[in-house]
Amino acid sequence: MSRQLNVALIGNPNTGKTSVFNQLTGLNQKVGNYPGITVEKKEGVCKLPRGVKAHILDLPGTYSLNANSLDENVVIELLLNKNDKDYPDVAVVVTDVENLKRNLLLFTQIKDLRIPTILVINMADRMSRRGISLDVPLLEERLNTKIAVVSTRKKTGIEELKKLILECRQISTEPCVDISCIDPEYFADLRATFPKQELYKLWLVITQDVNFVNLDRNLVPDTAGFTTRSKSDLKRLQQKETILRYQFINGVLKEGYQVDVNAAKGFRATLDRVLTHKVWGYLIFFMIMLLIFQAIYDWSSYPMDFIDATFADLGEWVGQNLPPGSLTDLLSEGIIPGLGGIVIFIPQIAFLFLFISILEETGYMSRVVFLMDRVMRRFGLSGKSVVPLISGTACAIPAIMATRNIENWKERLITILVTPFTTCSARLPVYLIIIALVIPNTRFMGMNVQGLTLMGLYLLGFGVAVFSAWVLNKVLQIKSKTFFVVEMPNYKLPLVKNVLITVVEKTKSFVFGAGKIILAISIVLWFLASNGPGDDFDRASEIVTAEASNTQELPEHLAEKIASYKLQHSYIGIMGRAIEPVIAPLGYDWKIGIAIISSFAAREVFVGTLATIYSVGSDKEETIKNRMESEINASTGEKLFTLPSGVSLLLFYAFAMQCMSTIAIVKRETNSWKWPIGQLVTMTIFAYVVALIAYQVLK
Amino acid sequence: MTVAELKRGERGIIKEVTSNHIPIKLLEMGCLPGNTVELIQFAPFRDPLYLNINGSYLAIREETARHIEIELLEEKAVL
Repeated sequence: MSRQLNVALIGNPNTGKTSVFNQLTGLNQKVGNYPGITVEKKEGVCKLPRGVKAHILDLPGTYSLNANSLDENVVIELLLNKNDKDYPDVAVVVTDVENLKRNLLLFTQIKDLRIPTILVINMADRMSRRGISLDVPLLEERLNTKIAVVSTRKKTGIEELKKLILECRQISTEPCVDISCIDPEYFADLRATFPKQELYKLWLVITQDVNFVNLDRNLVPDTAGFTTRSKSDLKRLQQKETILRYQFINGVLKEGYQVDVNAAKGFRATLDRVLTHKVWGYLIFFMIMLLIFQAIYDWSSYPMDFIDATFADLGEWVGQNLPPGSLTDLLSEGIIPGLGGIVIFIPQIAFLFLFISILEETGYMSRVVFLMDRVMRRFGLSGKSVVPLISGTACAIPAIMATRNIENWKERLITILVTPFTTCSARLPVYLIIIALVIPNTRFMGMNVQGLTLMGLYLLGFGVAVFSAWVLNKVLQIKSKTFFVVEMPNYKLPLVKNVLITVVEKTKSFVFGAGKIILAISIVLWFLASNGPGDDFDRASEIVTAEASNTQELPEHLAEKIASYKLQHSYIGIMGRAIEPVIAPLGYDWKIGIAIISSFAAREVFVGTLATIYSVGSDKEETIKNRMESEINASTGEKLFTLPSGVSLLLFYAFAMQCMSTIAIVKRETNSWKWPIGQLVTMTIFAYVVALIAYQVLK
Repeated sequence: MTVAELKRGERGIIKEVTSNHIPIKLLEMGCLPGNTVELIQFAPFRDPLYLNINGSYLAIREETARHIEIELLEEKAVL
């Protein structure tokens, strides 16, 4: 007997499947992608009794095996392919005790594939409050399986589940329903053509083409030559199949599951009456958004100041205490300031992910979808576009992936195209530092003006996203059927563990993803900034000293002058000055130009780049903000970061695409280069024009 | 009568779903002949509709609701 069991966790969305996964694996999990597609793959290891290890795969949430999306398709592809290395020895179907009837539909489908299937009835802690009673032995007998009654909130039932997983080989693989009775003739035919195949598997492969095209045909023998039914016929059969399954489920639950209807409603109904109210609902939504943005700005300023100062100290310490040389310079002037530019934003990014995951965990996000659908549809979007647009405030990449559950292709495409306008966390570093430099730190009606500016930028992002959706809706000529089904889950208090794991995972991947790029770029930048061609660079100190001897400069000013002369004649200075004519009308100097170019890889690189450029050659390690504050615009002789140039920069970053990863993901999700390239060109031109107007008007 | 004509708190029994206009997902969530449906709430302009179908809580658009034929149940639902 093998010492490792493959376990697949399957379940409807909102059943607490991920909580079960977290309970089973603890922090022994890793998140990756399925090869070739961007669906998240969560795996973990769980130690079972008697030294057996279980490899647990948390499959994407799905309502049934009739896949409607890429995510759901992952589930069926795995379950149909016995040769897959992840093919489960046992499937664990997680259900919510309050929605047992609907959740069992998926259970019967999995069981009909003849995979040993354990049923987890989750959220058992809600049973008494909802007046639910279960006859577990009876349900086990009628469903012909083993049941674990679990409460991830109260942490009960997990040990029993582990024991059941260990003994999975004793579970019957008898199917629940006989699918052939929905059309005996058709299925007899099918069986005659493919005598060796599982009937339900064949049926799944055939109907999958109706719902979703992507299934790998090699999993079962070619079914060509057996297309005796039209699409609408198959659809009618699917309806019959669904009815058949519900008949079976109703029969089982009639005896084993009692619910007192009156006990079940109170809390949910009261909350819904307020949160989906035509006035209060919108007002509350707006207040929640306001609170989130104030919090991100106000609460995270303390840890951020600390991190900023720490990195400045660290850079100085390294500069003074390590033996002088190129390596020390690279560390103290290149890598440390560059990394400081990203680490400093961890508090804000963590807060943002914290709030978004709370909104989703509590079930509130679905209410927002409900409230906003009609409004969004006027702009060619769907209520479900709200989720990408809100989570786009964290990062456009998961947001664009989250558009997958939008059923209508046109609505989905428009959502993908406008999501990059929302203020993602990578813009935050740029916004925060510039707001701190050019917007006064005063209060207006009790609210921090800098915080209000930030909120204004978020609203601007949403506004432009919605406006461009409206334009796209007029321009794009795509016809597609509109379907819109959204589940309204029960309200739940978020589980601390789930929220924390999400926050840690997302923040980590953000920091390491961006960190790698920033590290590479800051090394390149440092090299380009501390080397230069020809005499002007090599003899910088002689030239400047010769000039200075006429004017009798103070020695400390002299050192600064030498450094800036060197920088101007370094490789990066030459490149920067070459592009200066293009960006000068926006109020930027060549150093900002370099930062804009390098931040094309990712926006947050902007701050790191400026930090690296400014620290090269300067002996004092200062905070990034102080350095930027003291920058002088060489052509005007005034401060570089003023209100006009600051606003111009803010607007440029609000609208420009400036993110390679987003381009890649849009390419993948739309399956064409046409959309991402169009998006890049339009956004960049728009950003340039708006920034130009802003600077010229405010100047 | 269709689901789109329900008033808040009213219930009906599903008679027929015109399957070509109804996504399979909705059927799987319990939108099948013989099941009860209750209108819980609607967004402004009566769209989308927030329903309880066979114990499942979900929201659908008005245009989809128009394809679900029902028979009105007389008594008011217990709130």
